[in-house]
Amino acid sequence: MAGNIWVLAEQWRGRLSEITYEVVALGSEVATALGVKLQVVLLGHKMKGLADTLGRADGVLYVDHPALEEPRVETQSAALAQLIQAQQPRCVLIPLTNVTLGVGTLVAAQLQVPEISFCQDLCVLEGKLQARCVLYGGKMEVLVTAVREPTVFGIWPGARPAEKGRAEQMPAVEEVAVTLPEALPVRFKRYIEPEAGDVDVTQQDVLVAVGRGIQSQDNIELAEELAQALGGAVCGSRPVIDQGWLPLSRQIGKSGAIVKPKLYVAAGISGAPEHVEGMKNAALIVAINTDPQAPIFNVAQYGTTADALDLLPLLTEGIRKAISKKAGPS
Amino acid sequence: MIPTAVRLGPLPGWLILWVAFVLALALFARRVWFLVRLLRLGHWENRFDRLPERVKRVVTYVFGQLRLLDEPLVGIPHVLIFYGFLVFLVSTSGMLLQGLLPNVHLPSVEENRYLAPVVDIFAVLVLGGLAVSSFRRFVIRPAGLQQTVDATVVNIMIASLMVTYLFVEAFGMIAVPHESGIWLPAGRWVAGLAGKSEFLRAGAVSFHHLFWWMHVLTVLGFLVFLPYSKHMHLMASPFNVFFSQLDPPGRLAPPAQAEKLGAENIPEFSWRQLLSGFACAECGRCERVCPSHLSGEPCSPRELVHNLKEQLLRYGPAWLNQARPADEREPSMIGGLTAPAALWTCTTCMACVERCPVLNEHLSIVVDMRRRLVERGEVDARLDEALRNLGRYGNSFGQSERKRAAWTQTLGFKPKDARKEPVEWLWYLGEYACYHSGLQEITRSLARVLQAAQVDFGILYEAERNSGNDIRRVGEEGLFELLREKNTATLRQAQFKNLFSTDPHVYNTLKNEYPELDHGQHGVYHYTELLWDLLRSGQLKLKRKLPYRVTYHDPCYLGRYNGVYEAPRAVLRMLGVELKEMPRSRRNSFCCGGGGGRVWMEETRGVESRPSENRVREAASADGVQFLVVACPKDHVMFSDALKTTGLEGRLAIKDLAELVEEATTVAVEVECTA
Amino acid sequence: MNILVLLRMVPDVVEELELAADGKSLEQESLRMILSESDGHAVEEALLLKERHGGTVTALALDAPEMDDALFTALAKGVDRAVKITGLEPGLTARGAAQILAQVMATAAGLLPADLILSGTQAIDDLDGSIAPLIAHSLQRPFVAIVVQVAMAPSGGTVTVVKECPGGVRAEFEVQLPAVLGIQAAEKPPRYVPVAKVRAAAKSRQIECLPAPAPLEPPLVEVLQMMKPVVTGHATMLEGPDEEIAGKICEILAERGLM
Repeated sequence: MAGNIWVLAEQWRGRLSEITYEVVALGSEVATALGVKLQVVLLGHKMKGLADTLGRADGVLYVDHPALEEPRVETQSAALAQLIQAQQPRCVLIPLTNVTLGVGTLVAAQLQVPEISFCQDLCVLEGKLQARCVLYGGKMEVLVTAVREPTVFGIWPGARPAEKGRAEQMPAVEEVAVTLPEALPVRFKRYIEPEAGDVDVTQQDVLVAVGRGIQSQDNIELAEELAQALGGAVCGSRPVIDQGWLPLSRQIGKSGAIVKPKLYVAAGISGAPEHVEGMKNAALIVAINTDPQAPIFNVAQYGTTADALDLLPLLTEGIRKAISKKAGPS
Repeated sequence: MIPTAVRLGPLPGWLILWVAFVLALALFARRVWFLVRLLRLGHWENRFDRLPERVKRVVTYVFGQLRLLDEPLVGIPHVLIFYGFLVFLVSTSGMLLQGLLPNVHLPSVEENRYLAPVVDIFAVLVLGGLAVSSFRRFVIRPAGLQQTVDATVVNIMIASLMVTYLFVEAFGMIAVPHESGIWLPAGRWVAGLAGKSEFLRAGAVSFHHLFWWMHVLTVLGFLVFLPYSKHMHLMASPFNVFFSQLDPPGRLAPPAQAEKLGAENIPEFSWRQLLSGFACAECGRCERVCPSHLSGEPCSPRELVHNLKEQLLRYGPAWLNQARPADEREPSMIGGLTAPAALWTCTTCMACVERCPVLNEHLSIVVDMRRRLVERGEVDARLDEALRNLGRYGNSFGQSERKRAAWTQTLGFKPKDARKEPVEWLWYLGEYACYHSGLQEITRSLARVLQAAQVDFGILYEAERNSGNDIRRVGEEGLFELLREKNTATLRQAQFKNLFSTDPHVYNTLKNEYPELDHGQHGVYHYTELLWDLLRSGQLKLKRKLPYRVTYHDPCYLGRYNGVYEAPRAVLRMLGVELKEMPRSRRNSFCCGGGGGRVWMEETRGVESRPSENRVREAASADGVQFLVVACPKDHVMFSDALKTTGLEGRLAIKDLAELVEEATTVAVEVECTA
Repeated sequence: MNILVLLRMVPDVVEELELAADGKSLEQESLRMILSESDGHAVEEALLLKERHGGTVTALALDAPEMDDALFTALAKGVDRAVKITGLEPGLTARGAAQILAQVMATAAGLLPADLILSGTQAIDDLDGSIAPLIAHSLQRPFVAIVVQVAMAPSGGTVTVVKECPGGVRAEFEVQLPAVLGIQAAEKPPRYVPVAKVRAAAKSRQIECLPAPAPLEPPLVEVLQMMKPVVTGHATMLEGPDEEIAGKICEILAERGLM
């Protein structure tokens, strides 16, 4: 139906990601404010069942095609563009992740409509949609509107809490057909899994994360000891993994794992948006960084500018003592 | 009774000697000429200037044997052997000449009542010296001293020369027992021993001839052996000293050629660098004082020079015969005989250069090879980042240029802007004093002290960039030149009389490597020199004496490089502290390990004991010393870190000289006394 | 193999970014521009491919302060040809930039055809799109984003690329040439090139300048206001000597039952 708010569900390997629900929550708000419907576009192959958590939406537009099984940006954008042309929604909210990066741009280019990226929030002012976007790695925010509709909005993770967008209920699902070209110039071959680490960081209650501030591979030992004392595991931000100091399976962030531990100790991590994306939902975040301006302090509950290399061993000692005290005299 | 007058078999002795002599000389000359041709493969370097100064060097270091006495146990024997060599050179030449011309009576040393005893006594002195040095070499076995076949052969040859000479003397005395009246105590003593045997007495003439021939043939053998062994340092070192670097050590030579910077193959080194390989006696003194080597790093100045010699001997011939095309003649020295790690772990402290008895310049070889590594883009990730930041922001911290004067924000007053108004003293701070959060309070201390003393000083605010000292020593010559251009332009525009720096590295390069800075007009000083001046003249008034016991670390770039040892000590004396010198002080000061760009590089894993840790332990071992006083920001950072890693934080604290001066000169101050 | 790399400068965030008087853009005085980080990786990847398979690498850039330095650096690293588009309007968005690039590529000699067009996958100021997918669309070529590895097939008509997915997983695709790739990271970190070589390049090499065509259409997005982010939450900062801080943290953890 024309004038509706659409959300592109992020489906990857047969599952819907957390950010889908965040964007659904946002879309729902916008739809309500405008008095129109919220529809979720689900692209996949034999994945209709995924719609059963999308109860917050008024409807789901499901496109089933073998070519949509694997995440190719062109096939997704081709399918989405066809839908948009046919049904003329007011706007399409696309979650911005590694899976969908490029879809919004290709759709906008094909339909010659505006795209607004890096959106953290969308609101309705005098019937017009206004986006609040984050630029320059988080250093500036802009309020942006589009010149015409339909508009494609790229939504940055964290716009709304995921719980608000999730409802264990199957909305009305409309199956739509699209035509996609046969021989595609981009052919999916396979997934390369990260080396099976002994540790699954997404299952840990406690994570001690290290960033560039740890300065050398040797110092990671300090984090290991603290992690051990707390019964958790060590993980890292991208630069640490790029240097080869920790395996890929320990990377937290946009290209790594999204984690929600009970405790996240960030040592020597500046808090770049790509990393924060991966850990901002931890229950308790304690940040250690010698730079008082580090953005990590905006997302942590507790912080200190002590040197991690000095503080970590003291913490480990303190925790070991406290634990042995609790255990009582032996 | 000239031995060669006698026939040996069918041939006259002198004929055999002539043949041996000509043969030996030919082989010697051929080999020496070959070595000279190898040296000529190196590129040209002008070391022929200021000849009187060069002669003076030879007198001091070759004849004066100055550096050798740094280690007296071997120094004294070496002096004896060296002078013994000179003495025997004269004596043996005389013997040889007489032997070649048996029918001509030539004046000889042996017949001179004044000279003969000298030779006689020296034979014993040399043997004594050899005994001590052999004991040291084979029993004590000091680190770094290479046990080679060469060394053993040489020791045996010298010993046999002395022994054969004594026997020549002795049997001569027995054969012709008349008193010549010349005092030859050693020869007489040997003659006394030998004379006890009937057999020896009977054959005295024959034995005299025998030992004469042995002596002369050993000398000729030695002559041939010399240029094939490490003992060629005998010939090469006087030249090495003559052609040594007269410029201040803090002034590095610019690259020889503009196209491809640095050196990794023989023709890219200078002839003087190649000569150092021949002049090196493999004594190991350099290695024994190298802070990197002592902490277990793969860095060894001795090996570096040795490898250069090896490279030259192995691959030089291919260059001489031009058998193969140029790029196939020689594998690169970097990654071949010398690993990049051996080059990157050098702190450029110059302890090796300071110690070397033959005045080798290990540092220039390291820097030239580093230049080539940079040219090839082969730098580790941390150094890569530091260089990028230095190129883009003018500091290695990667912070904005505009934050360079952020330290002044909590100062309480605004220092003059030397770009806008004239000042008497321009304070060129250096990036560590400006950007390092742990050091900014010390910078403020100094600023307050100067303000209180009403010194007319100013800073360059955002226009100050890294002076380039360590960048040059890391081998990034292009970046050094770029920064030097920018800084020189900034300095030209500023109006000031004199310049001082908190950082010895900055001080070194501004003083020695900025020729465009008019040194006639502007003096370049270290802040300790300025403080001493201020205290001496009374412009800075002491309010109290400080009751501390301290020790002082001589920064490499202030002390060894530029000879400033007194000013900081004078300041400390005036402050009233009790100064206990560390065992390794002044020119023997032990580097903190941060120089030469080491603070910008990856730390080597599994190092036994870092130089900074070694040094703080040395400081802590002095009884009752509370503070280790430093005059360089990098020293402060390195030693503060080392106190933590060695667990000595409770025992010792690091204080910059500026902090102590502030304590002694401010009206009211809270004294924080640790330990 | 002919590779074209598209380069753009973005604000350098090491400097403090200040607002201009109009409240909608960055103040130019204090602004320094730097090559977009992933564009730098695109150059490196192009050079690695050239080293392996031969061919030429051309850099096509949009003029900005300090772009010359970036181009001479690229030339010193081994890029064969550097072309700069000059006379650009200020406040050009990514979409406008892509239009200009597409036009120039179509009209200027020798830029197309290229086997591969590489650009950084996303820049920090890509408000209305990113260059790589926009160019892919305008040239109607296959496109893959977030590429971290490119391997040329022996037969020559395709490349195998690796794309970063969430959770450390990577996906491998086979792409038919000619193609456009959005590079996230080169297989090796961008190489170091000594300043001496860059200066030598500045003296001996030329950057070709091409005038920008007039922009085809006005931007489709409008910036109403720019502001510094309002920090909604900030950590409670713990002060004092290290031992005290460690103690406080242990207390907090104990309270929450995390020990």
